[in-house]
Amino acid sequence: MALDKQQLEEMYRRMCRIRYFEEAVIEIHSSGELIGPAHPYIGEEAVAVGACAALRDSDRIAGNHRSHGHPIAKGGDVNRAMAEILGKSGGYCKGKGGSMHLADFSIGILGESGIVASSVPIATGAALAAKLSKQDFVSLVFFGDGASNQGACHESMNMAALWDLPVIFMCENNGYAITTSYKNSVSVDHVSDRASAYGMPGVLVDGQDAIAVHEATSEAVRRARAGEGPTLIEAMTYRYEDHSLGLDRIRKSEYRSQEEVDEAMKRDPLPIHREAMITHGFATEAECDAIEAEVHTEIDGAVEFARNSPFPEPGDLFDDMWATPV
Amino acid sequence: MPTKTYIQAIAEATIEEMERDQTVFTMGEDLRQSVYGATAGLVDRFGEDRVLDTPLSENGFFGAALGASLCGMRPIVETVTSFLWVGMDQLVSQGSKMRYMFGGQAELPVTFRVRMFYARGAAAHHSDRNYPVFMNTPGIKIICPSNAYDAKGLMKTAVRDNDVCLLFEDGIAISSRTEVPDNDELPDGELLVPFGVARTVQTGSDVTIVGIAGGVQHAIDAAKVLAAEGISVEVIDPRTLVPLDKESILKSVAKTGRLVIVDPAHKMCSAASEIAAIVAQEGFWDLQAPVQVVASEQINVPYSPALEPLIYPTPEKVIAAVRVVLD
Repeated sequence: MALDKQQLEEMYRRMCRIRYFEEAVIEIHSSGELIGPAHPYIGEEAVAVGACAALRDSDRIAGNHRSHGHPIAKGGDVNRAMAEILGKSGGYCKGKGGSMHLADFSIGILGESGIVASSVPIATGAALAAKLSKQDFVSLVFFGDGASNQGACHESMNMAALWDLPVIFMCENNGYAITTSYKNSVSVDHVSDRASAYGMPGVLVDGQDAIAVHEATSEAVRRARAGEGPTLIEAMTYRYEDHSLGLDRIRKSEYRSQEEVDEAMKRDPLPIHREAMITHGFATEAECDAIEAEVHTEIDGAVEFARNSPFPEPGDLFDDMWATPV
Repeated sequence: MPTKTYIQAIAEATIEEMERDQTVFTMGEDLRQSVYGATAGLVDRFGEDRVLDTPLSENGFFGAALGASLCGMRPIVETVTSFLWVGMDQLVSQGSKMRYMFGGQAELPVTFRVRMFYARGAAAHHSDRNYPVFMNTPGIKIICPSNAYDAKGLMKTAVRDNDVCLLFEDGIAISSRTEVPDNDELPDGELLVPFGVARTVQTGSDVTIVGIAGGVQHAIDAAKVLAAEGISVEVIDPRTLVPLDKESILKSVAKTGRLVIVDPAHKMCSAASEIAAIVAQEGFWDLQAPVQVVASEQINVPYSPALEPLIYPTPEKVIAAVRVVLD
C-alpha cells in the first residue's frame, strides 16, 4: 500500500503526538503530580505509528507496559490518556487503570498490560474471534524482546500459526528488558528468526523508519485478511529513556554506555520521517513545522484537560468490577 | 422426571447453549475424543470451528479465550483444576482484572469448566481442589455444583454471564445421578439456576451443615445417620461461592444456633474459613457453640490408598463435628 501525502503527514502528526506526550509525562512526573510508574516510548515512535497506519479502526491492538505510544498511534485521545495517567475520572479507564492499562475498545484498543507478554494470548484470541465469527478484522500485538522469551509468546505463536489466525506479532526490539540486553537473553540473532519454528514468516525491519514499518505491517495485514495466517515482525528500535520513570537506581547503573545511547539517538524516528517527506516532495519544511506546532498546542491542552478533570469519587470504587454484580 | 449424571447435565448444557447462540464455542484439550466425558459428539453436531482441540498450552489458550470474549465470542473452556496453575497468569492477571482496570470497557463472557479430580489415587499433581484461591482473587465468579441438576442450570447461567466464571466439576459427584427435568417439562422451556442463591437441601432444627461441592453429599450422609438418633440437621448448599448467599446461611444458623461446614479444599483460607468468618462477624449472637470446620488436612495429597482417604472430609468426620457443636 503506497502512502499519500495525507497519510504521511498523519503519521508524522502521531509520532509528534507520542513524543510530546511523553515529554509532558516526564515533566509531570518530575513535578510529583504523577505517582505511579510510567515507561516512556521516546525513540520507538516509528514502530507504533508505522504499524497502526496499516490498520483500520475495526482492527484490534494490544500492548504492554511501555503503553502510551500504542494507543496514541491507533488514534486514541490524548486528553483521556493523560487524564488516565493522572488517575482522573475523565481518563480512559476512569482512573482505575493508569499508565499501564490505557484502553479504548471503541477503536480497537484492547488494552495495554503490565505483565510482560500477557497481551500476546489476548491478541491471539481476538484473531480467533475474527476467524470464528467470519469478520475481517485483524489483531496486532506489541511486545518487546524481553517478552519474546515468555511462554505466553511461544504458545500464542504456535496456536496462531496452527489455526492460521489473522494476527500480527510486532516485536519492538529496543535492545533491553529493563537492563538485560537482548543479546544476553535471546538465543538466536534475531527474535524474527524464531518465526520459522512456528511456520510463519519472520520479518526484520528498521524500527526507526515508520514507512518501512508500515510496509512490513501492510504485507502482514494483507496475509492476515486473506486467511494466510500470522506474521512475526521484529522492528529494531531503541529506548532513549531508562526503563521507567522513578526507577532512579536503574538510571545510575551502567547497563548501556552513553556512547551507545548517543549513537542510537542519531537515528531519531521523527527527523527521519520528516526528512523523508520533504526529500520526496510530500511536505514542506513549513508544513512540518506547522504540524509540530499544532501538536505542541494539542498536548498542552491534554495536560490542562487532565489537570482539570476531577479525581474519581470514593463512591466510584466498587463500580466496573462486574458485568452482573455479586 | 428422568435422572441424569452430572456429566450428562454438563453435556446437555453445552449443547443447548451452543445451539441457542452462535457465538458460543468450546475449546480445550482432547475435546473431540471427549477424554473427560462431556464433549462427545460435539464436533459432529457443531463442526470443528466450534469445538477446538487446543495444543497443551493452558496459558496460551486461556488467554486466547479471554481475547476472543473481548471481541464478542462466548468461549467454554474445558480444563482441570491442576492445570489452572499453568494458565494462572492469563486467568488472574488478565481474566480477573481486565474489566475493572479498563474502567468497565471489557466484557469477558468466558466459562471455564474445571474438572476437580480428587480421592482417586492421582497423587498431589492431579487432586487439587483450588477454588478458594480464586475466592481471594476479585473478579472471578466461582460455581461449585454438587449435583447434576445444579450443574446444568448453573452452567447455562454461566455461559450467559458476561463475567469470567470458573465452574468446578466435583470429581466425586461427577458420576452421580440426579433428577434433571427435560426442557419440555419446564414452564420456561429450559433449566437456569441463578448465581448467589443457596439451596436448602433439607430442613432441620438442631444444627446447620453447609456443604461445598462434594461436601454436600457428606453432609447428607451424616444427616441420615444423625436423624436416626433424633438429631435434626439442616443442610445448605451455597452452589456458588462468588457470589455467596450468606443470608441463607445466617438465617439457618439463626434457627439452629449451630454450624458445621464441610469443604473438600485444604482448611487454611478455605471457603469454609470464609463462611466461618462471616458467621462469626454477623451471626455471633445466634451461635450456641463454636463453628466447626471439616476440611482437607493442610498437607499435600498422598498417593497411597492407605493414606489419601485420611485427608478429606468424610461423613464420619462430619458426624463427629456435629457431636462437638451439640455437646
